Amino acid sequence: MTMHTQPVIVNIGPHHPSTHGVFRMRLTMDGENILDVEPVIGYLHRGSEKLAEERQYTQVITLTDRMDYVASMTNNQAYVLSCEQLTGITPPDRGMYLRVIAAELQRVVSHLVATGFFLQDLGAFATPLMYAMRERERVLDLFEMLCGARITVSYMRIGGVFQDAPGEFWPALRRILDEFPSFIDELEDLISENEIVLSRTRGVSVISGADAVNASITGPVLRASGVSWDLRKAAPYDVYDRVSFDVPLGEHGDNYDRYIIRIREIRESLKIVEQCVAQIKPGLVRATTAMLFRPPVGESYVPIEAPKGELGFYLVSDGSIAPYRMHARAPSLINLTLLKQMLVGWKLSDAIVSFGSIDVNMGEVDR
Amino acid sequence: MTPEALLDVCLFLHDDRAHAYDMLSSVTAVDYVEFFDVVYHLTSISRNASTVLKVRLYGRDAPTVASVTSVWAGADLQEREIYDLLGVTFTGHPNLKRMLTWEGFQGHPLRRDYLEPPLPYTWPHGG
Repeated sequence: MTMHTQPVIVNIGPHHPSTHGVFRMRLTMDGENILDVEPVIGYLHRGSEKLAEERQYTQVITLTDRMDYVASMTNNQAYVLSCEQLTGITPPDRGMYLRVIAAELQRVVSHLVATGFFLQDLGAFATPLMYAMRERERVLDLFEMLCGARITVSYMRIGGVFQDAPGEFWPALRRILDEFPSFIDELEDLISENEIVLSRTRGVSVISGADAVNASITGPVLRASGVSWDLRKAAPYDVYDRVSFDVPLGEHGDNYDRYIIRIREIRESLKIVEQCVAQIKPGLVRATTAMLFRPPVGESYVPIEAPKGELGFYLVSDGSIAPYRMHARAPSLINLTLLKQMLVGWKLSDAIVSFGSIDVNMGEVDR
Repeated sequence: MTPEALLDVCLFLHDDRAHAYDMLSSVTAVDYVEFFDVVYHLTSISRNASTVLKVRLYGRDAPTVASVTSVWAGADLQEREIYDLLGVTFTGHPNLKRMLTWEGFQGHPLRRDYLEPPLPYTWPHGG
């Protein structure tokens, strides 16, 4: 005899430890099985785009910090690159190298946080997360040397960076570059071959490459599906055309691939920082620009490869001191497009893990 | 480009092998007071190329344009955001409702003529 049960609607979030902020999923469940998913967002909406319309171009940099607050440096970078295209300012070489060093360190941090919380969602309670957070602290100390802040950095400026790296920055960076690979090995020893991790993540929530491209998914999630698309290679900005690195690709597009891609990207990022340290020359870090300027009438959009995917700021100038319109193309938001397809048919416990594997940041989803 | 031609142009750019714009990077809209511009940033991964499409919509009451979700699924959440914040209606969108603001919210905050409603309470010292 088969028993018929009513589908039940379960709300996960907005205040739930596994939703990485204030994300809410309305799941229609048949027992443990997911029948339907409806993401509900907007709990962290601060109207950044509206706020930018009444601020000067330089002041908007601080707003971008607060979008993806785990990767503020890359947000700064996307915004200032867009402003530079609008105004035609070229930053000096040393400024561009410092930007790339900061952005790659930020990518390491963001991927560590993503991996730590992903494993936390899997049930590896606290230990891997604390390991990741411990190493993140050391990179944040470097950011503190660069600009005095750890999270909301506002380090980059239109035409370069805020200031040159202080003397104690370089030996501290050297130590991190020397010690990080062995830390990544340690983390991989713990996790990558772990049987529970493998059985929970292999083959779960598979996204095919074609589906991912059609749904505008970018970043590690896209590359885990086997599509080789990295804006650092496809449309190099700053000094990415002067460094060599690989773009790691996944094969299956499942949760495990999305995890292992991030680990490999951390290693590639360290390689990029290493090359930048070797190539960087003394000089100015910032072009001479006015704090208050009026760009010519026009518009600009420079997409960059942020840790979570393609991030770009669409700016429209009407010739005044403030942007007429600013729009952030937020990878966290757009990577959620396929959430329903990823989750339907899987169990509730997989939903938490799959959501963690996309690595969204609610500050960026809602803006 | 006229709004009527949008879907055909998008289908052509997506399917034609010489263009092959397989990814819709970004959709956004700008309020120019006399008209709205809906701006599409397209990317071709196979050709490593990108281009920008713009649709101009006149009239402030009910700017309407066809949804491109049937061509690129990635337009889904972005069109909802535009509908919410700028009040552009996308016909054919599977789930067009407010996303960032709450249900029952009045107006579209990113329009240039949007005014914040007065607070329903006052502080003792004013403001």
